[in-house]
Amino acid sequence: MRWGVVTFPGSNDDLGTLHVLREVLGHEATPLWHKSDDLGGVDCVVLPGGFSYGDYLRCGAIARFSKVMSAVAEFAAQGGMVLGICNGFQVLCEAGLLPGALVRNRSLSFVCREVNLRVESVANPFVNMALVGDVWRIPVKHGEGCYVAEETTLDQMERDGQILLRYCRADGSRARDAADGGDYNCNGSLRDVAGVMNAARNVFGMMPHPEHGADASLRDVNWPNAGVPDGLRIFQSIAGWVTDRGQRSAVDSMR
Amino acid sequence: MPQPQVTLQVAREHGLTEEEYERLTGTLGRTPTIEELGVATVMWSEHCSYKSSRVHLKKLPTEGRRVVGGPGENAGAISIGQGLALVFKIESHNHPSYIEPYQGAATGVGGILRDIFTMGARPIASMDSLRFGSFDHPRTRYLVRGVVAGVGGYGNSIGVPTVGGELVFDPGYDRNCLVNAFTLGVVEESRLMSSRATGVGNLVMMFGSRTGRDGIHGASLLASAEFDEHSEEKRPTVQVGDPFLEKLLLEATLEIQKQDLALAVQDMGAAGITSSSVEMAYRGELGIELDLDQVPLREEGMSGYEIMLSESQERMLLVTRPENVQAIRAVCQRWDLESAVIGKLTDDRMYRVRRFGKEVIAVPVDLLADPPALTRPSAEPTEVAPEFRPEDLPEPRDYAQVLYQLIGSPNLCSRRWVYQQYDHYVGAATVVHPGADAGVLRILGTDMHVAMTVDCNARYTALDPYLGACIAVCEAARNLVATGAEPLAVSDCLNFGSPERPEVMWQFEQAIAGIRDACAAFDTPVVSGNVSFYNETEGKAIPPTPTIAMVGLLRAAKPLTPWFKGDGDVIVLLGRTREELSGTEYAAVVHGNTLGSPPWVDLEAERRLHQVVLDAAERELLRSAHDLSEGGLAIALAECCLSAPHGVPLLGARVRVDESMRADAFLFAESQARMLVSVRREHAATLRDLAGDAGVAVAVIGEVGGGMLEFDGLASVPVAELLTTWDTALEKLLGG
Repeated sequence: MRWGVVTFPGSNDDLGTLHVLREVLGHEATPLWHKSDDLGGVDCVVLPGGFSYGDYLRCGAIARFSKVMSAVAEFAAQGGMVLGICNGFQVLCEAGLLPGALVRNRSLSFVCREVNLRVESVANPFVNMALVGDVWRIPVKHGEGCYVAEETTLDQMERDGQILLRYCRADGSRARDAADGGDYNCNGSLRDVAGVMNAARNVFGMMPHPEHGADASLRDVNWPNAGVPDGLRIFQSIAGWVTDRGQRSAVDSMR
Repeated sequence: MPQPQVTLQVAREHGLTEEEYERLTGTLGRTPTIEELGVATVMWSEHCSYKSSRVHLKKLPTEGRRVVGGPGENAGAISIGQGLALVFKIESHNHPSYIEPYQGAATGVGGILRDIFTMGARPIASMDSLRFGSFDHPRTRYLVRGVVAGVGGYGNSIGVPTVGGELVFDPGYDRNCLVNAFTLGVVEESRLMSSRATGVGNLVMMFGSRTGRDGIHGASLLASAEFDEHSEEKRPTVQVGDPFLEKLLLEATLEIQKQDLALAVQDMGAAGITSSSVEMAYRGELGIELDLDQVPLREEGMSGYEIMLSESQERMLLVTRPENVQAIRAVCQRWDLESAVIGKLTDDRMYRVRRFGKEVIAVPVDLLADPPALTRPSAEPTEVAPEFRPEDLPEPRDYAQVLYQLIGSPNLCSRRWVYQQYDHYVGAATVVHPGADAGVLRILGTDMHVAMTVDCNARYTALDPYLGACIAVCEAARNLVATGAEPLAVSDCLNFGSPERPEVMWQFEQAIAGIRDACAAFDTPVVSGNVSFYNETEGKAIPPTPTIAMVGLLRAAKPLTPWFKGDGDVIVLLGRTREELSGTEYAAVVHGNTLGSPPWVDLEAERRLHQVVLDAAERELLRSAHDLSEGGLAIALAECCLSAPHGVPLLGARVRVDESMRADAFLFAESQARMLVSVRREHAATLRDLAGDAGVAVAVIGEVGGGMLEFDGLASVPVAELLTTWDTALEKLLGG
């Protein structure tokens, strides 16, 4: 399994992501430079968090025009796996590789804290080391993470299992309506959406940072629960899927 | 463009005294040009020259076996072994933040970050010490919101985690808030970069942002004079930050360092090109020649005066050999940054500057860089405050109500609202996040952890600047020790009123003496720092505020955290509680009494306490540790119950009250040299022996468990309700 992590000018979780892929997961991971269209034959491209090109226009609006993104678009069109985290998610939406858009948090403030995420779908390459209904704890840190899309798009994505993660309470529940209280939804995303996959099921974007909830050596201090750190499961899911992709795609084609 | 003729009157308007003007004309033997007057004014400003503080700063202990870079460079550096050094500094950005809170705070963060990567170190963490007026003052909410957003806006964007800090409210800061920013970086010791220019004939290059007309005279006008009713008019002197550009500047600088292309690097902060180039030449005992026609400008037609004094952000200066210019240009191009050769080093120790092909400045470097230090008169204030009498604090009848009142008060409630706006994860190294005694980060690629904290109790320093400054150092050290870290070194940010007033100079001298004594006792040299005078408005100075940033290395393999870990654990109080109620949060919040003296300081007792806690941590005896400070034992206990990360079940505590003293003193006295720890029951005896052998008072005061925080016979409150009050108070105070 070989990973590539893109560095745009202004990316700042690129080093942290490389650290987790190499040191925690023990995989090969290469930095990819925004001025190059050479993806170096990696199995999965990660667009990391940060403020690409300063994000002074809309987040990700300039990054989509970079040289590396034309290569990423082509890679994705051919079925290559792409994971966008935070700013990477924003870039994927701006590039049209994922539906919807990310706008300013409802609170109008940057928010950095751990959130609860409900696993909504597991028959996919990105979230498969879990059961539907599991609750994960992974940090968010963003100012523009409120996910919006047309109602019809949201309906369709729900139907097709493209919404993989939702913000929820610690017990996995969600508010029935606005009056029910929605503090757990840290940014006001429609239908509590935290992470979505494209229809072709090879591109995934999420606002929470799996790389910052992946290192068990930090757990004694910060996480009460034992077991595999929740963020790590995202990377393990992808790696597992890529490793036996041959089989998977054979099964998919029979469906 | 016709240039104004320089006269004594013009010099005065710039802020020079008659004496200083005479020194300038006398040395030159002629009337200075307007450009010369401009550079002399900024170089001799309080902010750049430290003229009022220099003689006193010399008294601070600055040496130690780990120190590899002390005061004089852009930041201090200490060796931590394995070939690595920590580089750190704290700096003020008070006046800009009061005038324009978002940009003032943001550029404060940007400035301190540059100081760190200028040394070749990659910044890995920041902290911020913030002080505002009371919530009764109409500007406070606006300032808090703006400053916090500005700190986050810059730090989050550039990708350096903000892992701790302070937030204090006191009416003394109503008209002059304090924003002190700290950053720490890591560098291979052999690659530490210097700002000392070397090699006659070597070239001077600039890279980063273009130079514009922003921030002209920021340092000299804004930072070196007190506020008055016209302060708002100074808003244009506040610079505007561009964290994205700084991120590029950071990466490019570190790449230049890695390729060994620069002989000296200096960032452009206060007084821009002037200060950076003068200091480089001065430190290298060389001369320098600059051609301003080569400086990349934002707008055409800027005069030499404007270019020299511009404080446009995100710019760097470096010295390189001619053969490395192309390689530096290539690095800058890779990061889409402008670069230009703007001058060269000479051997005549003259500072020469050309604009539009004509020499406009020719002044000896030493004249600019080394103005005479002033010994300003100092005098203890003669005004005698009314005495503190313990009987003026009647013992409360309802301790539960007092507990709620304190835990929801501005200085004791949770800071979550603040640090939730700061990215404290980026960098993948944060082990202990904000909300604990100190931020702790692992140093990637090693088994080392660095702990950092920033502290000052200005209520104490206002009552007694010597003891208050001592306590600031003590508390910082205790905060590190509470995480299991050994304190190593200090950076200080000395915020005071006008040095032209003898009572302010007296406070300053006293505070310096306090820092000196405490730092000497803990063997924590002061390796960097900053002085901020003129923090006053219409003749009213802020409380003296010597903010102490302290850095340490973890002794144990894992850091300790303050929150309780397990049902049935035993709670142990280390250190002696005295009936010290004056100067406490309790006296101020509950009784409105701010008279008296701060708690007593016993540096030897502090040192023994550190030793016991560090030994116990190393032997893995401790389940939690928390420093006792503002709010005393009761608030420390509450914090141990409340500060666990979300998702960790809350634990209550049952505590026996010491009946040998006033109950409110037992609960709320802020006696120093104390620590609250919890241990497994079977380890209690070992800890007792350890403390006993070291001569540290030790008392088992209760045990962890249940859903209540219970003080036998006095009060019993549900932890869940306490949490709500504590956790939401700040948001409520700020108006939702």
